[in-house]
Amino acid sequence: MKFLKTLTMSAAALAMMAPAAMAEWQPRKPVEFIIMAGTGGGADQIARLLQGLIQSKGLSPRPFIPINKPGGSGAEALSYIKGKEGDNHTLLVALNSFYTTPIIQEELEIDVTTFAPIGRMAMDTFLLWVNSEQDEITDLESYVAAVKAADTTWKVGGTGSGQEDSILTAMMEKELGYKVTYIPFPGGGTVAKNLVGNQIDSTVNNPSEQMEFWRAKNTKPLVQFNGERTEPFMDVPTAKELGVDIEYYMQRSISGPAGMDPEAVAWYQNLFEELFNSEEWQDYCKSDGLTCDKWITGDELAAFHDAQLKRHVELIEAVGADSITSK
Amino acid sequence: MDSIFNLLVAGLLQSFEPLNLAMIFLGCLAGLFIGAMPGLGSVNGVAILLPVTFLVPPTSAIIFLAALYYGAMYGGAVSSITLGIPGASTAVATVFDGRPMAQSGRADQALMAAAIASFVGGTISVILFTGFAPPLAAFALKFGPQEEFALMLLAFATFIGLGGDDIPKTIFSILIGLVLAAVGFDIISGKPRLIFFGMVEFQRGIEFLVLAIGIYGIGEMIWTLEHTKGAVQMHKVDFGFDKVKSNLRQVKDYIGSTFLGSFLGFFVGTLPAAGATPAALMSYGLAKSFSKDGDSFGKGNVAGVAAPESANNAASTGSMLPMLTLGIPGSPTTAILLGGMIIWGLRPGPLLFSESPDFVWGLIGSMYVANFVTVVLNIALIPIFIRVLAMPFTVLAPIIFILCVVGVFATTDRMFDTWLMLLLGCMGYLMRKLNYPVAPAVLAIVLGPLTERSLRQSLISSQGDPMTFIERPISLICILIAVGLVSYPAISGFMKRRRAEMEAAE
Repeated sequence: MKFLKTLTMSAAALAMMAPAAMAEWQPRKPVEFIIMAGTGGGADQIARLLQGLIQSKGLSPRPFIPINKPGGSGAEALSYIKGKEGDNHTLLVALNSFYTTPIIQEELEIDVTTFAPIGRMAMDTFLLWVNSEQDEITDLESYVAAVKAADTTWKVGGTGSGQEDSILTAMMEKELGYKVTYIPFPGGGTVAKNLVGNQIDSTVNNPSEQMEFWRAKNTKPLVQFNGERTEPFMDVPTAKELGVDIEYYMQRSISGPAGMDPEAVAWYQNLFEELFNSEEWQDYCKSDGLTCDKWITGDELAAFHDAQLKRHVELIEAVGADSITSK
Repeated sequence: MDSIFNLLVAGLLQSFEPLNLAMIFLGCLAGLFIGAMPGLGSVNGVAILLPVTFLVPPTSAIIFLAALYYGAMYGGAVSSITLGIPGASTAVATVFDGRPMAQSGRADQALMAAAIASFVGGTISVILFTGFAPPLAAFALKFGPQEEFALMLLAFATFIGLGGDDIPKTIFSILIGLVLAAVGFDIISGKPRLIFFGMVEFQRGIEFLVLAIGIYGIGEMIWTLEHTKGAVQMHKVDFGFDKVKSNLRQVKDYIGSTFLGSFLGFFVGTLPAAGATPAALMSYGLAKSFSKDGDSFGKGNVAGVAAPESANNAASTGSMLPMLTLGIPGSPTTAILLGGMIIWGLRPGPLLFSESPDFVWGLIGSMYVANFVTVVLNIALIPIFIRVLAMPFTVLAPIIFILCVVGVFATTDRMFDTWLMLLLGCMGYLMRKLNYPVAPAVLAIVLGPLTERSLRQSLISSQGDPMTFIERPISLICILIAVGLVSYPAISGFMKRRRAEMEAAE
């Protein structure tokens, strides 16, 4: 009983700590923080970091509860948000499958442009990784040679057919003129583990998923797909520098369901802007190779999503939808 | 070895600091209740309690969360045994024998066995963790899709091959489970499939807890009502010191399956793909197959409680290993622990052990202490838990019904799942009435998705060649054992007949 008392008291104390200056709207119950990918991956880490920051800084009177819904390359999460129309206590932590899954799976009838744009937290970097034990592979050229020698048995791990990394893999196949075998796993963390364990031959992971293995010298990056070299990968060349015309990013943004009350949208926008500008978030961006120079929200974010959707339609057309959906 | 010993002593000393000790105690107590309440899952529980941890230093905070996680593992058994509702998916196998024991007035024995088995499982696995973390992490990396698939085959084999159940009915039950597990999005192509009546709600699949609570909570409730007509007074509350002593003497009946469950649970827990639920189910299946009176399983054999409970606790410690060394949480609750670590600037990965030894060893030390605290708390609370059973079933049945409805709704937040749970409950009742074993269906819905994914991943990576499963040594060994388990009843039956013929001939 005593414990319960302490609990209610600390909850009450937290509620009082919430900034009173903010708009009158506030969450009245725990906020579901839906992650459209599996545990241990980039989106998952970000969601959990943000959840912790919200609670440790006392930014919300109610906790944020991260829930992973990785099924169907994010389709599970998107259908869930679609079904939550008008709900003020559900948010989506989105990545690029936010665009690709509705394009590839038209039958779901999901229109992400109707979702409430809260804010873009970062642009994440893609790198090509191989196991450090592969001594003969030192750069993109030797990588391409090895893949071609393996003659379609080269195993690339990814997070699901139609996910952004499968599109990037298909773009590489087209640009570099080889074919690989693509194996889907339930999340970026599992992909990283399978690369370290030599169950797969290469992957295009985001830095946060490979960081610790890279520091332990288990894996090595060969190329990055940003326009410019990004911290902390200043000695890894970009694809463009090597004459390969691929530039591709992962967006990390927050959305609400369609029809969320404007007051609630404004409250969440303020909350995430504060988080975006926090020292902790900016430090995380630097250490994990994310680009976090500009806060985008509201109409500007909606326009960004619109442009990205169009770009992904083109990309998928260019590589062919068949090449990214497994047999 | 010397350095491990020193680090461990330092870790233990750290967990004996007053603040940390208080955190362990509070965490275990809260976890016990959270685990015992169906619906207040440990995920919500941990998330709600997360703010408490910001008041203390990171190591104390993670100790608190780990103790909570531990306590919830123990607590899950309580509602499985007393109410027949699995408090958490990890405690489903505990219902198989725990509930029949409670119904025959042996709830105290079952709870005692659960507590002791959990303690043994937790302690053995934390010792293994202490001594062999790095080589085990390296071994876990050797486990690719092929090995995972072979391990899943082994799990199914433990359920088909042995015991006295009707084999065709067992297989039928497994198939029902596999069909239900296939509902939702296809794992590889991401397309929706088996969407019954085109209802969009099925796209999210059938959640395991919905099935488990339906079949065990509702199905059992209807069954009991039908058979007792509300007449029985279930249990007399009698739990004195003498009772504890006599229950302790019973330990020899289940110590074998407890040890087996501990090692198996730890091992399965260290594999990132699996987790505590498959571990508990496999342990139950193995205990049944190695038992002299396998037929009494499912009817109230105390070893059938001890085996899954030792395994799920061992697995919960085991799953700390991939979380700490690979950054892959094995369960939603470990995912929250992982989130906590990220917030405190601790990055899980291969370097964590060398870069943050204070944290890692503080956590390991706390696991020893948490185990001890939980077992003591748990035994001390048994009299309160069994008081529930002193109620006449006419009073208890509506309570079980409410807990099932609330439990499902709180977990998935959808009315659809609540209706589905009731429907599956009726199905479970019918299966029981027609003498179909329901445990294999539960096993299938847990392992189905894991099996399917690993099978398809393996075949994609081998370009469709099934030889890949027998070309890899670990996978080959698992498959051979599985084949042995399946053919064991046939072979032993044949041997028996041969012997009878020989004797007849003489």
